[in-house]
Amino acid sequence: MTVTDQSHDPDSPTAVIDRAPHREDGPLDGHATSTGLSNEKLAMWVFLGSECLLFGGLISTFLLLRSRDVPDRVGPEVSELYDIPFTSVSSFVLLMSSLTMVLALAAIQRGDQQRLRTWLVTTALLGATFMAGQVYEFTAFVREGLGFTTNLQSSAFFVLTGFHGAHVTIGIVMLMSLSVMSARGSLTRQRSETVEIAGLYWHFVDVVWIIIFTVVYLIR
Amino acid sequence: MALTESRPLELTTGSEVVDSPLGAFVRPQGSTGWRSWVTTVDHKKIGIMYGATAMVFFAIGGLEALLIRLQLAQPNGQVLSLEAYNQAFTLHGTTMVFFVIMPLLAAFANYLIPLMIGARDVAFPRLNALSYWIFLAAGLFVYSGVVLGEIADNGWFNYAPNSGLTYSPGHGIDFWVLGLQIAGIASLIGAVNLIVTCLNMRAPGMTLMRMPIFVWMSLVAQFLLLFAIPVITVALFLLMFDRLYGSNFFNVEAGADPLLWQHLFWIFGHPEVYILILPAFGIISEVIPVFARKPLFGYPFMVFSGVAIGFMGWGVWAHHMFASGIGPVSVAAFSLSTMFIAVPTGVKIFNWIGTLWKGNLKFSVPMLFAVGVVSQFTIGGLSGVTHAVAPADTQQTDTYYIVAHFHYVLFGGSMFGIFAGIYFWWPKAFGRFLSESIGKWHFWIMFAGFNLTFAPMHILGLQGQPRRTGTYPEGMGWDIMNLLSTAGSFLIALSFLVWVFNVVRSRTNVTNDPDPWDGRTLEWGTSSPPPAHNFDVEPTASHLDEWWHRKYDEDENGRPVRRESYETFAQPGFDASTIHLPSPSYWPILLAFSLPLISYGLIYSLWFAAVGGVLMIVAMYGWGLEPSVDPDAGHGGHGDDHHDDHPTPDPTDEVSSMSEVGAAPVPGA
Repeated sequence: MTVTDQSHDPDSPTAVIDRAPHREDGPLDGHATSTGLSNEKLAMWVFLGSECLLFGGLISTFLLLRSRDVPDRVGPEVSELYDIPFTSVSSFVLLMSSLTMVLALAAIQRGDQQRLRTWLVTTALLGATFMAGQVYEFTAFVREGLGFTTNLQSSAFFVLTGFHGAHVTIGIVMLMSLSVMSARGSLTRQRSETVEIAGLYWHFVDVVWIIIFTVVYLIR
Repeated sequence: MALTESRPLELTTGSEVVDSPLGAFVRPQGSTGWRSWVTTVDHKKIGIMYGATAMVFFAIGGLEALLIRLQLAQPNGQVLSLEAYNQAFTLHGTTMVFFVIMPLLAAFANYLIPLMIGARDVAFPRLNALSYWIFLAAGLFVYSGVVLGEIADNGWFNYAPNSGLTYSPGHGIDFWVLGLQIAGIASLIGAVNLIVTCLNMRAPGMTLMRMPIFVWMSLVAQFLLLFAIPVITVALFLLMFDRLYGSNFFNVEAGADPLLWQHLFWIFGHPEVYILILPAFGIISEVIPVFARKPLFGYPFMVFSGVAIGFMGWGVWAHHMFASGIGPVSVAAFSLSTMFIAVPTGVKIFNWIGTLWKGNLKFSVPMLFAVGVVSQFTIGGLSGVTHAVAPADTQQTDTYYIVAHFHYVLFGGSMFGIFAGIYFWWPKAFGRFLSESIGKWHFWIMFAGFNLTFAPMHILGLQGQPRRTGTYPEGMGWDIMNLLSTAGSFLIALSFLVWVFNVVRSRTNVTNDPDPWDGRTLEWGTSSPPPAHNFDVEPTASHLDEWWHRKYDEDENGRPVRRESYETFAQPGFDASTIHLPSPSYWPILLAFSLPLISYGLIYSLWFAAVGGVLMIVAMYGWGLEPSVDPDAGHGGHGDDHHDDHPTPDPTDEVSSMSEVGAAPVPGA
């Protein structure tokens, strides 16, 4: 695998976001917006700020409940069941989807609709692979006797990772909608910012997973 | 795709079918009639709907308060059963916080922010309509539980584990949890929308430090909402999963920490109180300079103290939990931070006094209410500081002293501020005056009733009367004070009726004066009521209090001298057809009402949820495929000059048609 090569690709998410062109047409009858950012992009940043607190609350809840000392706990601890190599691979798959998302944005900025669709669908497929991994992990946990209602930790674990999974799923729907729009010819080069905004969301969901993977799986 | 086929579906309302290639529904047009309100995306109409709906809830919440006071008027009250009493105070608190003060402040923010910053509308007009309809759906959902007899009875902060299935069987808490969850979505969408509006839609020259103080305070409050709503969302989800799907977050038998809910709730709950008060501060900071005929004293200090309150508001939540055993270090830290947050609040009070000082004071009704806020909020603020002293707070916790305190800040502060704003901007919004003489009756009855109701509660609390307790025995020494308090509450109800009478009377009190108070901010420069496009001439700003500076020069002594003539933003005979406004849409209301359907589904039968889910998906895609400006709308002038950049506007290409008004939906939203 060429992990290191790809992670040092100059097309890292932040680099592309920074040099993406701003839309020329602004809010008030043709004037630029006050900040220079388009309304849509600013709204996505503001919304992602809110999302930080959502995941912050869920991660804090998980940490609090994991640290509780429950003498007569029912069922296994979550950490006894982690399959770190498996989750590492699915985390890697999700991280790589950020790369393909960046490639999709680069493609539409060049006006290359064919590549745009290729990379959008690839990103969605990588996301779907990650979700398949999560479904497999959940079923494995349940088979080992750790269901949603088994104990404190299991409730916190399933809700936290489930919320993240729901976010990935919404992202996949967004990506597929963009692919359809591209195929119908309505996602023109001038509207590349739509892809960029979807990319902001997608990268955010990736970053959250890095935190969850570190805090939940790696740090005991 | 069915949604884009050319034959529109006929509405069951018998609406006229016009061929439209753009959606399942005929694109609504026209600016009058009920349909123009249901489908409107105009921030002014949405603001008025927010205000009207919230006032209906205010009447309902007030009736609940009267029930509470009747029960407590005498020892061993028999008006309500103890169960009904618990439901009454829970509904009262929930209604007043989430369905009265928050939407009333949203009404002002919606109506005024675009006008004050010189914009045509908010950044996302359809999302704005969506927030309103979701808020209404949430309120109706909670009260549908009342109709079904499923009423939460656990107080507005609904502590777990008491709100778990073990101690609160039935669906009352479920209606509360899901209703607040829906209301939270409305607030979150509104916060994103208004933050982007404030930051991005300002008129040329309107720098951040030239924004009217009301816009600043609303912006801070919207940021607080943005970060506070997800925290209560987490808490509500956890409780919902516990109640509906058997998880263990608040299950103490499984080892859960009973303080988890308290922490999550108050991390939301304390910023929430600033969400409720900061915009009201903004309102009276606009009113006082106009009626003192002086600029706001220390505008930058007012701005930064508001921002400081916004930051510090995140570090004081545990003062709600001093009695819960959080440990001496936490108690000391939160005592200190709570005392510190009194500093920026005190700055504001001194700045209002500084504005009044040596002013040319005119006590019209808005001014009376504003000065009422300054005095009453000071009392509430001082009793708040006493809560920072942990030993005293441990004594006061869960007594009527707390009830007295928060009514002095929320009613004496927020509601009085809201009424100041209603009297102040009524002629702008409706082109009609609320009567000054009736308004003075309203103010003095409300002022007397308010203080008669809540001042005795300080004493009752210090004497030990516990809150949320439905009866008390004779001989506690509480009888007189409780009776006075109940009498006061009926005075408040009377003052509300006086206000309603004033509103009805205002129909005949027509004014054409766009600037009756000699105002200072941009909205007074356009006609009353403002046209749909707000300004005929696009405003620019070169000063704080731009509109004042257009009207007044200074003589050599620095005294203001009114100019002979000045430019207004209203031009008689202006041809509005060249201005493209976002078109009305059915999708926001349809999307909003899918949420209560899904919620019924979670409580009763998943079939409801399936219907709601289908409605939601259809509405989202209908929304996404509908351009926010209807190319068929009769705006005229929709010529090539507006489509230079986009010679072939695609029906589904939102952004190209959006660019003319700067109001596009979030992709996929």
